[in-house]
Amino acid sequence: MVELMNVIRLGNIEKIQRGQGRCFVVNGAEIAVFRQRDGRFFAIQNRCPHRQGPLAEGLVGDGKVICPLHAHKFDLVTGAGAEPSEYVKVYAAREQDGEILLMLSAENN
Amino acid sequence: MTKNKSRLVVIGNGMAGARVVEEILKRARDRFDITMFGAEPCGNYNRALLSNVLNGSRSAAEILMNPTAWYRDNGITLHLGVKATQIRRQDKLIFGVPLSKGAAAYAVEAAAPPDAPAVIAPYDRVIIATGSRPFVPPIEGCAGPGTFLFRTLDDCNQISGCAKACRKAAVIGGGLLGLEAARGLMTHGIDVTVIEAASQLMVAQLDFEAGQMLRDTLEGMGVKVMCDKITARVVRDNSRITQLEFKDGSTIETDMLVISAGIRPITEIAAACGLAVNKGLVCDDQMRTSDPDIFGVGECVEHRGKIYGLINPIWEQAQTLADVITGVNPRAAYVGSKLGTKLKIMGVELVSLGETQPSQAGDEVVAYREPSRGVYKKLIVRAGAISGAILLGETDTAGVLTQMFLSGAPAPQRRADLLFGSSSGAPVLSVLDLPDHARVCNCNGVTKGQIKEAIMIGKCRSVSKVAACTKAGSGCGSCRNLIVQLIEAYAGEVADDASESYYVPGVPLEKSQLAAEIRRLGLKSVSAVFRRLAGGKEYPASKAGLASLLKTLWHDEYEDERDARFINDRVHANIQKDGTFSVVPRIYGGVTSPAELRRIAAVAEKFRVPLVKFTGGQRLDLLGVKKEDLPEVWKDLGMPSGHAYARAFRTCKSCVGADFCRYGVGDSLALAQKIERRFQGVESPHKMKLAVAGCPRNCSEACVKDLGAVAIEGGRWEIYVGGAAGSTVRKGSLLCTVDTSEAALKYLGRFMQYYREHGEYLERSWRFVERLGIERLRSILVEDHEGIGARLDLEIQKAVDAYNDPWEEAERPAYPEQFSGPESARALEAAATHG
Ligand code: SRM
Ligand SMILES: Cc1cc2nc3c(=O)[nH]c(=O)nc-3n(C[C@H](O)[C@H](O)[C@H](O)COP(=O)(O)OP(=O)(O)OC[C@H]3O[C@@H](n4cnc5c(N)ncnc54)[C@H](O)[C@@H]3O)c2cc1C
Ligand code: SF4
Ligand code: FES
Repeated sequence: MVELMNVIRLGNIEKIQRGQGRCFVVNGAEIAVFRQRDGRFFAIQNRCPHRQGPLAEGLVGDGKVICPLHAHKFDLVTGAGAEPSEYVKVYAAREQDGEILLMLSAENN
Repeated sequence: MTKNKSRLVVIGNGMAGARVVEEILKRARDRFDITMFGAEPCGNYNRALLSNVLNGSRSAAEILMNPTAWYRDNGITLHLGVKATQIRRQDKLIFGVPLSKGAAAYAVEAAAPPDAPAVIAPYDRVIIATGSRPFVPPIEGCAGPGTFLFRTLDDCNQISGCAKACRKAAVIGGGLLGLEAARGLMTHGIDVTVIEAASQLMVAQLDFEAGQMLRDTLEGMGVKVMCDKITARVVRDNSRITQLEFKDGSTIETDMLVISAGIRPITEIAAACGLAVNKGLVCDDQMRTSDPDIFGVGECVEHRGKIYGLINPIWEQAQTLADVITGVNPRAAYVGSKLGTKLKIMGVELVSLGETQPSQAGDEVVAYREPSRGVYKKLIVRAGAISGAILLGETDTAGVLTQMFLSGAPAPQRRADLLFGSSSGAPVLSVLDLPDHARVCNCNGVTKGQIKEAIMIGKCRSVSKVAACTKAGSGCGSCRNLIVQLIEAYAGEVADDASESYYVPGVPLEKSQLAAEIRRLGLKSVSAVFRRLAGGKEYPASKAGLASLLKTLWHDEYEDERDARFINDRVHANIQKDGTFSVVPRIYGGVTSPAELRRIAAVAEKFRVPLVKFTGGQRLDLLGVKKEDLPEVWKDLGMPSGHAYARAFRTCKSCVGADFCRYGVGDSLALAQKIERRFQGVESPHKMKLAVAGCPRNCSEACVKDLGAVAIEGGRWEIYVGGAAGSTVRKGSLLCTVDTSEAALKYLGRFMQYYREHGEYLERSWRFVERLGIERLRSILVEDHEGIGARLDLEIQKAVDAYNDPWEEAERPAYPEQFSGPESARALEAAATHG
């Protein structure tokens, strides 16, 4: 199957500190992008499904983020939350030539 | 009442009386209708822990073993505050009278209120468990106010009450109890002198050399000791005690007197009805008196010519008596007990077992002395088994030694193992070899079998869980090592619980082990710890805890990786529910100025701050500030951070104090500001909130702060630690009383540093103080018996010196995006990918 993707250039990877996240607003949607210490990038919806905490400000590691407001935990690969009924939307993100690329399927546009 | 139940009356509701009833109920729940007479006004408590009540480390409620509900639940009729006065054997009746309030329970005369109706109880069987009373040597002028004995909870309360108004106290008697009383009195901040008639301390349990070393240790802690002194007279001015005069003509000054010169069995009720009484109530091996229906147990008893003054024999006597009286084993026999004691004095490790000197040909003596550390260890081995031991200054092997001594087990070939532990680290005595009936906890009479059951059936995998389940280990604590060995033996690894004790998840080490590893490997950043100690896996939930520890260990050498910080510590403000932040500038001691207030007002208007509020910490909070605005807000304020977001020193509140208040006896404002300037920003396992009060009216609530200082008469300060008034409310424990504000700063700093080093991550100070006990903290921080005081002072000074105002990052951000808000990006390109 071929899917139409929007590739968004978020700029130099140094825009995000190693081990931290940062919030980008793409066409009105808040997306948290994380740069893990091992060099991997992740992207998920910024707002926590619990009470809208800003996930980009959370602590990150081992492919997981912890919400800064009430410490709910989410898997950055699958979007699954540690609380049974919670999950977040996941996007594809990666580095290319020192730049952060975010991929959104066209319908997200 | 069923007619075939026989009637059992127990006289005395102390440790022996209550214990024997417990043993009886265990064997034959419905055999007896039980009635108990208790002269003291409360249920049965652990008398051996009275010293802890005297020194404030436990409350009366904490040493209660059988609350009144226990009697009710077991169908026991309890005559509380009623003293049995007569046993009428001809018609099998016991008479008692209620004691009037304030009457000593152990006094010979029963001081009953006039016209109090007698209590009468018929019996089939009687158990006499009247215990003993303190012996008062003939001293002129001894009776009167200011003289105390040390036997009951009531005594404890009276002693503490009097100590508060005294500067000097004397304790007559340098035995176990006298020394515990002396140490307890010291905690009230007064001068204490122990007076002993013999030429050494604890003559019943120590040889001369150990007595001498113990004396040195105690003197080093500030207790004065006089030996070979016989007190002849108490000198009074009107009724108030002023001096003690000795037989040799010398005198000392004192304001109060505690007499602890031995005990005498309480036997008058037994003697009056014609039972055989010698020095104590004479009982045979079945604990029977000269009347086959009357039994005895505890300190009132004389058995085979011996009177015991310790708990261990009581547990054994109670078992035999219960076996006999219930008919479970009519031939059960008590044949005497071996004696071991532990001195329960903070800062002094001392265990003494059995004999203190060799007494038979062939007795082998093994001894080790290290005077500079106050360590002395001695072992007397007879026919291959331990017949006596003294461990002073270091008692790690006491648990094993005690068990071997009590069970008469053969001593290992390498005697040194008994004094120092085996060189291989393996336990000297396999707990597997202990019989189930071996008593592991003597304070609470808990056997190995009961502990084993708690471990195997109750799934208790830590000392604290075993204690919660069986009470074992919750008394003097000397059996804790054995409990650990039992858990290891019967539950394999302490696996379940170990992870609870890890400092942070993912790194399988307790705090002290982790700190040692970090030092050894020179790990200076959180990511380095993950790399070396967690197999390279980064646990986000562990980052902030590790950062806090590393900062404490390395000060300015710490490699501060900002991603390891919680958001509040990245931007030095507190995140709010909507993602904005609150700004609390530092206002030292709650004292501000018109200029400061004007700047705050200007900032609030310029940045349209939605809420400006006084906090509970005596300062102002600007709530609802956007992350991007933080640097500008700080610059405009021109005030340092108040650290209202950090696990660190927060504030020091103050009342107005001596300059303005008509009650003030200390300059609380000056001290509070000094404290706040000195300790601002010092990080810790959890937040530290402080307060200083100018007098004991305590308007700034210093007694419920993590650390507090309260001014008292004479320019002195009381230092409280471990107070709380959040989700838990706890009054702080008095750490010490000092003469100057410099000394106040010193001890506050010491406590902070020790808490920084030993507190678990997110363990608030009150929990920390409860976990370690104020006793122990005092001995380490005030008496400095571990000799680390100077180092702690140095370390906290380093932390103070490392202070810089985090809000300076307004001018020099740690990294460019530190305060940036969400960034807009636009989707520009479309590309086809294969999904
Ligand atoms: C601002 C203030 C309330 C006020 O308007 O007065 C406040 C606000 C918060 N307190 Fe508090 N506490 C404030 C004084 C207190 C006090 C009273 C005091 O300090 O004299 C207490 C009771 C004493 C104590 O510390 O225990 C207090 C007990 C707590 C607790 C419960 C701690 C506990 O273990 O019992 C928390 C929760 C925690 O720390 O985990 C807490 C946590 C919080 C947090 C930081 C919640 C959070 O993590 O976001 C609140 C931030 C609100 C916000 O949106 O900015 N706050 N909080 C006070 C700031 C004092 C200051 O100047 O620094
Ligand atoms: C401060 C202190 C510290 C101690 N520390 C230790 C220790 O570390 N280790 C150790 O092994 N032992 C210790 N002991 C000793 C231990 O507490 C006693 O051995 C034990 O309490 C004796 O128990 P008992 O029941 O025989 O006497 P008690 O516990 O004294 O109980 C007797 C009770 O009977 C009551 N009574 C007396 N006459 C009557 C009457 N006619 N009618 C009604 N009631 C009456 C008394 O008021 C008392 O409440 C300590 C004792 C003290 C005081
Ligand atoms: S009590 Fe403290 S934590 Fe609770 S709502 Fe108020 S400010 Fe927030
Ligand atoms: S808002 Fe994220 S955990 Fe509550």
